[in-house]
Amino acid sequence: MNLSEKTLKYIDGLIPRYPQKRSAMLMVLHAIQEEQGFLSKDAIEWTAQKLEVVPMAVYEVVTFYPMFRQAPIGRRHVKVCRTLSCALRGAYKVCDSLQHELGCGLGQTSADGNYTVEFVECVAACGSAPVVIVDDKLHENITPEKAPDFAAKIKKETTVSLPPSRY
Amino acid sequence: MPATERRIIYRHIDEPGYTTDLVCYQRHGGYEILRKAIQRQPEELVQEVKDSGLKGRGGAGFPTGVKWGFLDRKSGKPVYLICNADESEPGTYKDRQIIYKDPHQLIEGTVLSAFAIQARLAFIYIRGEMFGGFTILERAIEEARAANFVGNNILGSGYSVDIIVHRGAGCYICGEETGLIESLEGKRAYPRIKPPYFPAVLGLYNCPTIVNNVETLCQVKHVLDMGGKEFAKIGVPGDSGTHIWGLSGHVAKPGYYEIESGKATVRDLLYDFGGGPPAGRTIKAIIPGGVSMKILRMGEKFKVKLPDGSPGEWGVLDIPLDSGSFAQCGTSLGTSGMIFMDDTTDMVEALANLNAFYAHESCGQCTPCREGSLWLKKITTRVCDGGGRMEDIDLVKTIADQVAGRTICAHGEAVAWPCQSNVPKFRDEWEAKIRAQIHAREHPEGAATTARTGLRLV
Ligand SMILES: Cc1cc2nc3c(=O)[nH]c(=O)nc-3n(C[C@H](O)[C@H](O)[C@H](O)COP(=O)(O)O)c2cc1C
Ligand code: FES
Repeated sequence: MNLSEKTLKYIDGLIPRYPQKRSAMLMVLHAIQEEQGFLSKDAIEWTAQKLEVVPMAVYEVVTFYPMFRQAPIGRRHVKVCRTLSCALRGAYKVCDSLQHELGCGLGQTSADGNYTVEFVECVAACGSAPVVIVDDKLHENITPEKAPDFAAKIKKETTVSLPPSRY
Repeated sequence: MPATERRIIYRHIDEPGYTTDLVCYQRHGGYEILRKAIQRQPEELVQEVKDSGLKGRGGAGFPTGVKWGFLDRKSGKPVYLICNADESEPGTYKDRQIIYKDPHQLIEGTVLSAFAIQARLAFIYIRGEMFGGFTILERAIEEARAANFVGNNILGSGYSVDIIVHRGAGCYICGEETGLIESLEGKRAYPRIKPPYFPAVLGLYNCPTIVNNVETLCQVKHVLDMGGKEFAKIGVPGDSGTHIWGLSGHVAKPGYYEIESGKATVRDLLYDFGGGPPAGRTIKAIIPGGVSMKILRMGEKFKVKLPDGSPGEWGVLDIPLDSGSFAQCGTSLGTSGMIFMDDTTDMVEALANLNAFYAHESCGQCTPCREGSLWLKKITTRVCDGGGRMEDIDLVKTIADQVAGRTICAHGEAVAWPCQSNVPKFRDEWEAKIRAQIHAREHPEGAATTARTGLRLV
């Protein structure tokens, strides 16, 4: 496991703050995923050692929480909220449009490795529906009419030099 | 006279020039309440909260002071405070505003509450998607620590508390307090069975623990500012303080409005604040407080007891905005996130959307919830896709009836209530939709298709 000095330092600072090491689980996994893009088998074993639990205890957490993934995704992670308040204002059309513009199916990554489009459940921004999260940033009022321009904006920001999505 | 807001919690939110840093917060009187309260006896503060009648704002509306009173003091184990910042009930976005725009208010409320219950460690469990909110809170806590409002020997009082901000990772069930506790212990968020695992007795690490919602902790700050008895005068008896109403769905002006409890009606909320339905449309249904609460159909009438004790009748728009009034109408104000649906909404599709949510979010521990939510999703989706059968209507209701009350946590009720209310109230729509589908299947040559509404809620 090759973690950067910065991430290692962050993780080592984090664990002793909790009354029990295992409590740092989600935070450690977030930190690793942010650096490496996903959680590999190595990462799971490393975390298990670090938190003094069996690897299975880490694995069952990784497979339970939707934000954790075990395979890489595109450079930009596009998450469209599909729950009621967003759906009532056109979220499904927005998602269709983003898939079309960015060239990928739902839950898939575009052939150039740039974009992954997914549905997510309510992200607590229902008053400015429909909403889309790109990487770690919330974008509000992305109506079906605005979706093509929004996709164009994402495309303009995305260059191959960008590392794979970290969030 | 149009209804007006009374901003207590949201007093500075969206105020021009108001920022998230400590200097700004202190310029507006920040941490003055802590400065005074920390000189008092913790028991007095608990009593103030009891006197205030404050009810939790996380959805269940449990009286906060009573909950604090359940803390097991005899065990001698450390006490923990957890702020529930998971905000995951669909339709709810009130805590987000506090976290992102007034983080120090939450921190002051947290320190005050921790002091009152004598916790030495507090956690803010924030949903994973709110990455920005996480960094804002971390920064604010650093500032507060540097100014000695958090940390060791706060303001020379001898009392110390640290706050850890902890990120979730995308699960609705982490909002359920015992699921949250499991998650904070580094495990899957499987809710615990009660009894014996009442958090106030056997919570985090099996120690006495209080879990409160973000807004509740902020309300506590104002309770301690005004005094419990004064606070109890705001709103109506049985539901003191303000509620932050978050409007979403088919309404001209979605947004949040803080209103004194019981001092306005659903009509005021829709027209005076929300600007009415979108142009040219009429409202058909309302979900009062987060999607898990029972739906109301426009035109319904409720036999109620008016505040003066006399019998009366309310339509949906007449319902006053307080917990007792919604309870009289067979539903609940929940998290006070109100969703409006206009006449273009296909109610079967709306339910299918929610059933997909619950099936995705069931933690899978108990069979009625895991299987029930999945079957409900499959059946409602099939009805939306043109394969409806008349018997599906009763089937949906029957399955929901067998989930509610038979699960480890209240996710079971959350699964059941939307079905149990939508199906009987909109039975005519279900029948018409399915009748058309049966006709289309029997006459495939006919032009009548069962095209989905384009809302495509599933
Ligand atoms: C499925 C489910 C999800 C919940 N989600 C949340 C949530 O996101 N935020 C919250 O504060 N409470 C949520 N609750 C309620 C909590 O279990 C708990 O009652 C609340 O945090 C207590 O705080 P309060 O007394 O201040 O209201 C949820 C409950 C259930 C059953
Ligand atoms: S429904 Fe999309 S943010 Fe709540």
